[in-house]
Amino acid sequence: MRLPLSITGAGAVSPAGWGADALLNTILTNEKTPTSIIARELAGKQVITHVRRVPAEGATTPKFARLRRASPISKFAAAAAIEALGEARLAEISGGTLRVGVIFTLTNGCVNYSNRFFAEALADPSFASPILFPETVFNAPSSHLSAMIGSTSPNDTLVGDSTAFLTGIDLAAEWIERGDVDGCLVVCAEEIDWLSAEGLRYYSNQYIPSEGAAAIYLESVIGPARLLKLPDASSLSFNSRFEAASKIRAQLAPNDDGRTLLVDGRSGCSRVDRAEEAVWADWRGPRWSPRILLGEGMGVSAGLQTVAAVTAVMRGDFQNALVSAVGGNQQAAGLQIGTNQDCG
Amino acid sequence: MAYFSDAPPPAQARPVVITGLGIISPMGRDLIENTHGFRAGRSAFSPVTLFDTSRQRVNTAGQVDLPDAPPDAGISPKTWSRMDRGTRLAWLAAREAMAAAGLSGGDFPLVIGTSAAAMPVGEEYFKNAHTSIHPRSRQLRRVELYQAQRQMTDMARTLGISGPLRIVSNACASGANAIGQAFHLVRSGRAECVLAGGYDALCQLVFCGFDALQALSPSGIPRPFDAARDGLALGEGAGFVVVESAASAKARGARVVAEILGYGAATDTHHLTQPHPLGDAALTTMQLACTMAGLMPEQIDYINSHGTGTPLNDVAEGNAIQRWAGDAVEKIKVSSTKSAIGHLLGGAGAVESVISLIALEGQWLPANLNVRNADPVCTFDLVREPRETPVQRVLTNSFGFGGANATLIFGKEGAR
Repeated sequence: MRLPLSITGAGAVSPAGWGADALLNTILTNEKTPTSIIARELAGKQVITHVRRVPAEGATTPKFARLRRASPISKFAAAAAIEALGEARLAEISGGTLRVGVIFTLTNGCVNYSNRFFAEALADPSFASPILFPETVFNAPSSHLSAMIGSTSPNDTLVGDSTAFLTGIDLAAEWIERGDVDGCLVVCAEEIDWLSAEGLRYYSNQYIPSEGAAAIYLESVIGPARLLKLPDASSLSFNSRFEAASKIRAQLAPNDDGRTLLVDGRSGCSRVDRAEEAVWADWRGPRWSPRILLGEGMGVSAGLQTVAAVTAVMRGDFQNALVSAVGGNQQAAGLQIGTNQDCG
Repeated sequence: MAYFSDAPPPAQARPVVITGLGIISPMGRDLIENTHGFRAGRSAFSPVTLFDTSRQRVNTAGQVDLPDAPPDAGISPKTWSRMDRGTRLAWLAAREAMAAAGLSGGDFPLVIGTSAAAMPVGEEYFKNAHTSIHPRSRQLRRVELYQAQRQMTDMARTLGISGPLRIVSNACASGANAIGQAFHLVRSGRAECVLAGGYDALCQLVFCGFDALQALSPSGIPRPFDAARDGLALGEGAGFVVVESAASAKARGARVVAEILGYGAATDTHHLTQPHPLGDAALTTMQLACTMAGLMPEQIDYINSHGTGTPLNDVAEGNAIQRWAGDAVEKIKVSSTKSAIGHLLGGAGAVESVISLIALEGQWLPANLNVRNADPVCTFDLVREPRETPVQRVLTNSFGFGGANATLIFGKEGAR
């Protein structure tokens, strides 16, 4: 048998607010988060994009020197990571008794600083800020996390579509099973600005760009949110999105017993949702679709789905939960957590 | 790959070999051209023509001579036109590695390292977003093709690879981490075979970024480990390897290039862009890799160092090598091939792995060029000219922004 693995901590920052509880409350009340606008001037006209942003109120960004100059993506990630880890584990890490790896996943990354830095570089390279550039690198947020928690254990950043978070959990499981680390933080985060928000709207006017972070802590214990099934992601290199999603469902093989929660990746954009709608059309049990409420968070989407599932199972609301995610241009993925290994 | 709680546990450790190599770098477009170039001690810097550098302090880099047209019948013009420059580099090196391994595709994973990914496409999107005339379809195409996973999924399709894709982006250690991850997947029995490598193309944002940090050598000539070194030169390229279980390679009669003996990864939390002055994380990764390989430092014949040519990097790495090797340091041969082709960022670790493997196969060492007076930290044997010598085991270091550190050790089959 494989080494038992459980998710024993979860954290979230989303348009629903700061914390996993805020995320869960929004899902349970089934209320869409508020929208705001990003406006800019272009050739004498206003370009307006509707977005769902993380609210400024209630921010729980940890106090850490490196985060002073960091862009929102790092601050969101830090808050979610600290929530997932908890104070006791932080003390163990700093005391040198707990080896914690960090895996960070994203699609878009540090767009605010990339946008600003490239604008400066095009205007006059001699005035382009050397402070901004390092923050544009994909693994800058991840580096801040390791420094913040004081961990020199391995730290990997994975780039991918909205399913990348599940690939991150796969890698974390590998590290823990091999004994490289005692536990692993898996974190995803995204931030928006006008450049990325407008980019997303090219896909569909039904998309409302969003941002935030999600984090889980995975370790080798038997807990309520035990990792039961995490199949290999199904690549879109030779599969349609429907075929890839079907393969994931077949491997998860869940029982629709009424006690198993399905947290899917539907976004409210009909064209994008078609594959998942078809594959899970017969599901009769409880089903949540957080992206419809939170907006399109790109690389953070599957992370927020996972945190919602973990939080619901840890509260005892459900015995088992499934996460289904069908990415736009890489893969379909899914996982099952819970206490009942016979559920499917 | 994949976790099912009721499945049997993975294997703990089994021999892992490399059965195919592919490379494209400023030195040349394939293994043969690179072998000739490094063996001759050539340098490969030229004026940058891909974007405007007229207002930069530096105007040269290691730029690959890459044709606009598809190279041959292996890929359609339409598919080639959708690939960004970095993906074209990656595709060429990946195809060479697979051909050398006798593979034409299959259901195996692809693990790839990159830092800038398809940034030139993102730059075009940015520039067009500031103009009022940009057809929606073209901007959508740019947004889509900017994404690394889209580019790499397309590349997997053209190579016939249907397995899962992982894209590691640990800055300048990405390529080494990708090979290290592939090594572990095979070693533990999670996969029989993995195509792994790294790539990056030159792009304006990154070039301006390193210039803004004043990390580029004003002369355009990097001098790693020189006492008066003044910065790095950027380059571009890709390196790929086919990582396979020894059992699988034997079963299909594949030629074994080398064995992967060890891998170590750690995080330097000292600073976002500066290494710990004593090279703590580098020391950790070298020790981890050696422990896994069951080797002592004196058993390592050659180190392909990270050796960027920046004042801080080289002294930190030199200190780490001294601490790691102890009394054996004088016997350790070291060179930085960045002195010849520049720093390939996300591609560096993979390209330098391939260079190390070419040297291992050919029994010679590539040179650390452009050194006038060696830095006092060089208590090791700094290889200043290409050298013919017996080589059984090589170690390659890669360190990146953010503190990602990685070390790989390769050996002749049976050299453990």
